[in-house]
Amino acid sequence: MRTSSLSQPVSTSLPSVEDHRKMHVVVVGHVDHGKSTFVGRLLHDTDSLPNGKMEQVRKNCAIEGMEFEYAFLLDALIEEQEQNITIDTTRIFFRTKQRAYAIIDAPGHKEFLKNMVTGAASASAALLLIDAKEGVMDQSRRHAFLLSLLGVKQLVVLVNKMDLVDHAEATYRKIVVEYSAFLKTLGLHAVHFIPIAAKHGENVVERATKMPWWQGPTVTEALDAFAHEDDLTGLPLRLPVSDIYRFDHRRIVAGRVEAGAIRPGDDLIFQPGGRRSTVRTFEDWPGPESRSVVGTGGSASVTLAEQIFVERGQVASHPSSQPRVGREFRARIFWLGKEPLVPNKTYRLRLLTQNVEAVIAKIEKITDASTLESIQADSVPRDSICEVVVRTTRPVAFDLHHECAITGRFALEESGRIHGGGIILEARSEHAQRSGKVTSAERAARSGHAPAVLWFTGLSGSGKSTIAEAVERRLFDAGRQVVRVDGDDLRVSLNRDLGFSQADRAESVRRASGVAGLFANAGNIALVTLIAPLAADRAKARAALANHAFVEVFVDAPLDVCEQRDVKGLYAKARRGEIAEFTGISSPYEAPESPEVHIRTDQVSTEQAVELVLKALDKILAGKGEDWEV
Amino acid sequence: MSRNAQNDHLTRLEQTSIHVFREAFANFRSVCMPWSMGKDSNVLIWLARKAFCGKIPFPLLHIDTTYEFPEMYEFREKAKVIHDIDLIVRVNEDAIRRGIGYATHDPVTVTHELKTVPFKAAIDEFKWDALVTGIRRDEDPTRAKERWFSPRSAEGNWDYKDQPPEFWGQFASSAPEGGHVRVQPLLEWTELDIWEYLRRENIPNPTLYFARNGKRFRSLGCHPITHPVDSPASNIDEVIEELKLTKTSERAGRAQDHVGRNSMQELRAKGFM
Repeated sequence: MRTSSLSQPVSTSLPSVEDHRKMHVVVVGHVDHGKSTFVGRLLHDTDSLPNGKMEQVRKNCAIEGMEFEYAFLLDALIEEQEQNITIDTTRIFFRTKQRAYAIIDAPGHKEFLKNMVTGAASASAALLLIDAKEGVMDQSRRHAFLLSLLGVKQLVVLVNKMDLVDHAEATYRKIVVEYSAFLKTLGLHAVHFIPIAAKHGENVVERATKMPWWQGPTVTEALDAFAHEDDLTGLPLRLPVSDIYRFDHRRIVAGRVEAGAIRPGDDLIFQPGGRRSTVRTFEDWPGPESRSVVGTGGSASVTLAEQIFVERGQVASHPSSQPRVGREFRARIFWLGKEPLVPNKTYRLRLLTQNVEAVIAKIEKITDASTLESIQADSVPRDSICEVVVRTTRPVAFDLHHECAITGRFALEESGRIHGGGIILEARSEHAQRSGKVTSAERAARSGHAPAVLWFTGLSGSGKSTIAEAVERRLFDAGRQVVRVDGDDLRVSLNRDLGFSQADRAESVRRASGVAGLFANAGNIALVTLIAPLAADRAKARAALANHAFVEVFVDAPLDVCEQRDVKGLYAKARRGEIAEFTGISSPYEAPESPEVHIRTDQVSTEQAVELVLKALDKILAGKGEDWEV
Repeated sequence: MSRNAQNDHLTRLEQTSIHVFREAFANFRSVCMPWSMGKDSNVLIWLARKAFCGKIPFPLLHIDTTYEFPEMYEFREKAKVIHDIDLIVRVNEDAIRRGIGYATHDPVTVTHELKTVPFKAAIDEFKWDALVTGIRRDEDPTRAKERWFSPRSAEGNWDYKDQPPEFWGQFASSAPEGGHVRVQPLLEWTELDIWEYLRRENIPNPTLYFARNGKRFRSLGCHPITHPVDSPASNIDEVIEELKLTKTSERAGRAQDHVGRNSMQELRAKGFM
């Protein structure tokens, strides 16, 4: 399953080395637009069929007096051949020279929508077939809508049966224009529209001689250009607890890392509940060595330093980047149940290993999945999509879908059977209806973290901005609200009236701390980069920001190193006397005596510096935790 | 294929299987793992030990048709000790008394009487609500339609036309009334993955898979209906090299699959694994 995240852009560049990870690709499209024929042909043309399969199917066809069709290769179940429709999601393995694939052949018949969902939810990319003669049909639209809902973003459209329209480019163009416009309304974009004739293998693996006007890739070329699902190891840790094992003297917290990575020594917080402990060991069998890190997708067996209460359903994260915790959120749901989804009825909501009772508090919008038109109704019929407010009886730990898809989606269950799924669009504070001023706790609940100020001080050229930018990138990619307050930027705006005298420097520090305070009040993590050479000025800034988590980062490099770097050419100017009162040359720099973080940029890399800063931020926020938990 | 890429691939499969084991154990009251002693079920034992940090916290079940190869009985006793297994063995004594056997009956009948019937009886006796099986999607076309968690009715039937949706790692969390759920941690594995994992982890496995006199077993069942295939592969490295090149099906040596065009489907709808 591809997971969308602002920080993980989809790359469609060709992998430079042979790629051995199996890619899951879903094949969808309107019934009878040729999916099974296409997959059968693909298997045949990539030489992926077992020995004798072709002959066996041909023989069976002869016995039953039917003409051979490539689709029969797939129709392993007799029922399918009788009805001429595919009934369930099947996985078929094949490989190109580039890599291995599992093709998920999803059904086209609309009553089997759930199988389509099952298939598409595990795919990293999709192929959607449109019959060149029939054109865009309701399921062509419906399937694309579901792909967008399930988060499958890599899409290639195959305009099939080109042989039935005399391989005419004009027919192909018409479909491209019509269907791209539709995809655009869903926020989807097809990487290619490939004209094919699956039955004859044209543009499947081999290039079609009958369509010389087509200069783009064949299907296998397009497949090989798909990127793998994102590696979520760079995201904040999300470790849902699957179980607690007490088979012997050990007490092991078991779970799969769904995002991020975990290491022995990590501080953890378990939400909902908010209890904290530290990872003592991984209990890997058979040993004797255990892993030093468990990344995304890995199953972890964790013992904790403290005997805290932990149960299945809780989500372990690092204290500085926790999931939200709440009982109410807005969601977009697809509903597959035979009975309609109705408000105020109790369902089970399953989000990772959490399983709680939930009701639909409000239906905001119902959409027909094929026409995408709004439906006016007080319940949600089968096979439609809706936007609703979900309210749970107990608090749930979650992320918004666009921040971390895997913790931002859930299934709805009734009588032990899954009937629908949804993605979380927006957290709703239970205090939202209250009047009065918005509290910092409400802001923190919305952003999912406490605000903070990180103050980077150091000589010009010491590396303040470089480190702050890298820290900003990491926090931003982790879904945090982060903003930089840069001294140089302030000089040309807010501080345009200030020079470099001691009084002006003090005023500049005062203004910067004021700006940082406003940003922090609004729920942000503010990164201030300012030389701020005098200890007294910095002490005042710290005092002014006492309401917030404050991390002073001393970015330290010897003067000669900074001068050698001289990125902006300022040291040279100062030496020539063109700049008066230049810190380090003609004006003093008072190094902080006890900064929270001290980075020697002549000795550590930017990456190491970022880790130091984030670790300190974790530590400070851990102490603040109780103040802002919902 | 580079060793690292291969290890990443196997590790990914392994970690997913461990997750499936753990979710089954957390969701179901009473779990059991049928054990054929074949390569797939030996991988399952290994994965279960990894999932539960050393000791499998539920029983294993061997349905003994009395037609196992002698080497398999030896292997069973050895592996039981190595893996510290809580093993239940069941034989359909009644069918044996009635003279059901390969000498007199067709393979589908024998398989049903000596495997499926005692299997269902054991489920009734122990009231398991989850059974862990070694089914892989690449084995047989009908198996391609399985889910990680596949419900079976009280009669053991598989309603493959009305399966629950399975997405975003959410599995069926309860068994149908009176029925059970088949939990299938090896669903995404291929035969080659199994062998490469056996090699990587050095997992105990019967030697019948290796060639003697130019023939080896690729899949193991009852000895009267399980035939070796021509192969010079006499050790695990050679088996892996052979599999990389082969295009014949794994179960080609298993007679009960080939009686009728639809025999596998029939067997499976009746509750065969």
